[in-house]
Amino acid sequence: MNVLLIFSVLILIAIAIWQVTKIFELSQGKKVYTQVADDDDNNWNGKLMFGFLFFIYGITIFSFVMYGDVLLPKAASEHGSEYDNLMWISFAIIFFVQTITQALLHYFSYKYRGEKGKKALFYADNDRLEAIWTIIPVIVLAGLILYGLYTWTDIMTVEENDEALVVELYAQQFNWKARYAGEDGVLGDANVRFLQDFEGRNLVGIDATDPNGFDDVVVQELHLPVGREIIFKMRSQDVLHSAYMPFFRAQMNCVPGMITEFAFTPNITTEEMRQDSDIVAKVKKINKIRADKSKELIAEGDVALDPYEFDFLLLCNKICGASHYNMQMKIIVETPEEYAKWMAEQQTFAEVIQ
Amino acid sequence: MSTAAAHIEEDHGHHHKETFVTKYVFSQDHKMISKQYLITGLFMGIIGIAMSLLFRLQLAWPEQPFGVFEVLLGKWAPDGVMDPNVYLALVTIHGTIMVFFVLTAGLSGTFSNLLIPLQIGARDMASGLLNMISFWLFFLSSVIMVISLFVEAGPAAAGWTIYPPLSALPQAQPGSGTGMTLWLVSMAIFIASSLLGSLNYIVTVINLRTKGMSMTRLPLTIWAFFVTAIIGVVSFPVLLSAALLLIMDRSFGTSFFLSDIFIQGEVLHYQGGSPVLYEHLFWFLGHPEVYIVLLPALGITSEIIATNARKPIFGYRAMVASILAIAFLSTIVWGHHMFISGMNPFLGSVFTFTTLLIAIPSAVKAFNYITTLWKGNLQLNPAMLFSIGLVSTFITGGLTGIILGDSTLDINVHDTYFVVAHFHLVMGISALYGLFAGVYHWFPKMFGRMMNKNLGYVHFWVTAVCAYGVFFPMHFIGMAGLPRRYYTNTAFPYFDDLANINVLITVFALVAGAAQLVFLYNFIHSMFYGKEAVQNPWRSNTLEWTAPVEHFHGNWEGEIPHVHRWAYDYSKPGHDEDFVPQHIPLKKGEEELQH
Repeated sequence: MNVLLIFSVLILIAIAIWQVTKIFELSQGKKVYTQVADDDDNNWNGKLMFGFLFFIYGITIFSFVMYGDVLLPKAASEHGSEYDNLMWISFAIIFFVQTITQALLHYFSYKYRGEKGKKALFYADNDRLEAIWTIIPVIVLAGLILYGLYTWTDIMTVEENDEALVVELYAQQFNWKARYAGEDGVLGDANVRFLQDFEGRNLVGIDATDPNGFDDVVVQELHLPVGREIIFKMRSQDVLHSAYMPFFRAQMNCVPGMITEFAFTPNITTEEMRQDSDIVAKVKKINKIRADKSKELIAEGDVALDPYEFDFLLLCNKICGASHYNMQMKIIVETPEEYAKWMAEQQTFAEVIQ
Repeated sequence: MSTAAAHIEEDHGHHHKETFVTKYVFSQDHKMISKQYLITGLFMGIIGIAMSLLFRLQLAWPEQPFGVFEVLLGKWAPDGVMDPNVYLALVTIHGTIMVFFVLTAGLSGTFSNLLIPLQIGARDMASGLLNMISFWLFFLSSVIMVISLFVEAGPAAAGWTIYPPLSALPQAQPGSGTGMTLWLVSMAIFIASSLLGSLNYIVTVINLRTKGMSMTRLPLTIWAFFVTAIIGVVSFPVLLSAALLLIMDRSFGTSFFLSDIFIQGEVLHYQGGSPVLYEHLFWFLGHPEVYIVLLPALGITSEIIATNARKPIFGYRAMVASILAIAFLSTIVWGHHMFISGMNPFLGSVFTFTTLLIAIPSAVKAFNYITTLWKGNLQLNPAMLFSIGLVSTFITGGLTGIILGDSTLDINVHDTYFVVAHFHLVMGISALYGLFAGVYHWFPKMFGRMMNKNLGYVHFWVTAVCAYGVFFPMHFIGMAGLPRRYYTNTAFPYFDDLANINVLITVFALVAGAAQLVFLYNFIHSMFYGKEAVQNPWRSNTLEWTAPVEHFHGNWEGEIPHVHRWAYDYSKPGHDEDFVPQHIPLKKGEEELQH
């Protein structure tokens, strides 16, 4: 029935288009109708081209005004501000070039719209001009590349040190686990072969013959002390996942069969972030959306949505199966004291397997 | 070369006796094969675009029941609510179809076949038989891909990049079963088709140019198709090897890409392989593929902009050089898809460097197009509008490449909607515009009739507005940190405020989809009832317009025209007309432009 309906609508649309074009052609009278653009077409399409320039500018401004507040808040990690600087410098360049080139393209399309009898300028080459617009991008890009690579090396150079906290992020369809190295600061060996030991209590496959592993702590919620470098070691037990921590400008894939690394130093606690004026405004906006939706839900006899409170997040950012969209873990950044207190409450691997 | 040309001439000097089957089905005539490519490509395009509309509905109104889901997806949308596995299947097949079947075969296959012999002055491709086999392999791969949509557990759903282990393990998701096998078989056949086609294009351009058609007099379309074919021959075999190794891992228990896996309560036997190896192999094709899609569109645009601006293309040499530079660089940038894959960060530095270099030839191309418009006498035909539109989206989408190509910045926008917005504008929309421009421009050559210009204008303007309407706001969703390939973002209250952007995008997408119906109507209607075309409707310089309107195997009655000048003598001083076709000899004392 539905198929029939869709088909009949399509046929009706086709007939409508046919009729409209027929009428249009008849209304052209005796004019030779070649389907090649004439002066009229050039005129109105040229003007529309110029109008389109303002549409492009308009949608840019509209998006920034309307959606500017969905962008990520200030970075919550030390390298994050460097990242944000590079991002905004790149954006400044992009917007500058975009504004100029689109203006030229669309203005020329309008200004030089065709007229009968007009002749175009025969102008095929200008080496100097071309050299200029080769060299300018070269210089700008050289600057961007150097700045980018400097920052990249800075971020990606992970050096083991006594100060840093080593945390393993462990990915599986469709959740995250974290493993802390414990007092010895060394993660015990692990492999998926050990996952079935101890009736499934060995959640990330720690090798029970490696003494380094006994004091390891496995949790489902990531707690990080503020101001201390965290070295993440990523593992996956099944398919590719990606540990994406957008608030910290951090991401690394989790690859079965290998250990990948990423390091950053969180510099704002969750509590401080919740006080941030941007976040306060955002949470307020989201809660208004949720309250409106809850009203609808209650009217339909459903349960209302919980009010939202800001938290840092770890998301999966590599397609991994049906529940990819809901593979997340809460990240709590806290003072070193709070962190130590929380850690003391956790069970070590040795305690878990007893 | 001359003997080969003479041989072909003998071969095709007379009309063949043709039956229905040899003329319309198993035709070896490049013009018929080109139409077959176009129509198959458009059919696949309808499927690909329809899929995108389905998942856009889901994204705007998550988990809402829609009657259309029930009709089209059946048991995969119980009570009209889309299943998450189906969502992933839809994005996967949408990507695969659009990239390979529409924008590679549908675009390059159509116009390389139509234009290479006609614009270089050849009777046909070097090998008509290989050309025919190439099309029918493509057709077969399309059929298999469509069949894969109907298997019990659903089609492939691991994303169009089909990274293992997700794609390798049937336990990982329903789409990694029979659907995945069919996907791989279909792609293997597709690659064979593409290789046969590309080899044919390369040989034809090198050997069968008519007298006087030196490489420096080739229209830019031919340069683009020629270089595209070379990139294809260099990179597609690598994807084939990746696909074959993946088939081995899936079906014969090898461990090329798999290691240390525990899934569904079971430790698997795979040891020592690496998914990162697959990523390298995939992107060694995957990135050049972007240019396999884009270069033909740019070639088509170069030709159409020059013809309709009634001006020589500005900086012919620089345009050729930038095509070559882009082609070369495209083979050494694949790692920018893998900055955070776990490969050595030093490699990331190298790939950042090579990637950002591509911006230079791209910028040269954009500036040269703009200068070609300057002081022109622009004939704003639908083909011209789509070409200008292409330059616009190429700039907008290309610029954000500066962010994604920078390994540092990629860390936080990698695999978010920012990437989706970027590549849809720079290669999706741009290449589609190239396809549309080509169809409007060469429709008279293909079908001997004109398309309706007013419907063309409606098609362009609605599409142009909607393309920006869909993909511009999408950058913001990406910058908000939302990963792509999420069935819904309702699992994260943090993203609740993205809902109205998603609605806006979907509305634009639906309108854009409707606008394509106008094109489809125009295409089919004009094929049968369009105004009959004159021989050279756009008053163009290239050789295809010296061939008669009606088609026959061999292209020209009598001798093939000889070439005496480049393809861009538009509005040349000293001539009465504002165009001087390539086969017109130089006047006494007229200088050929030293380009």
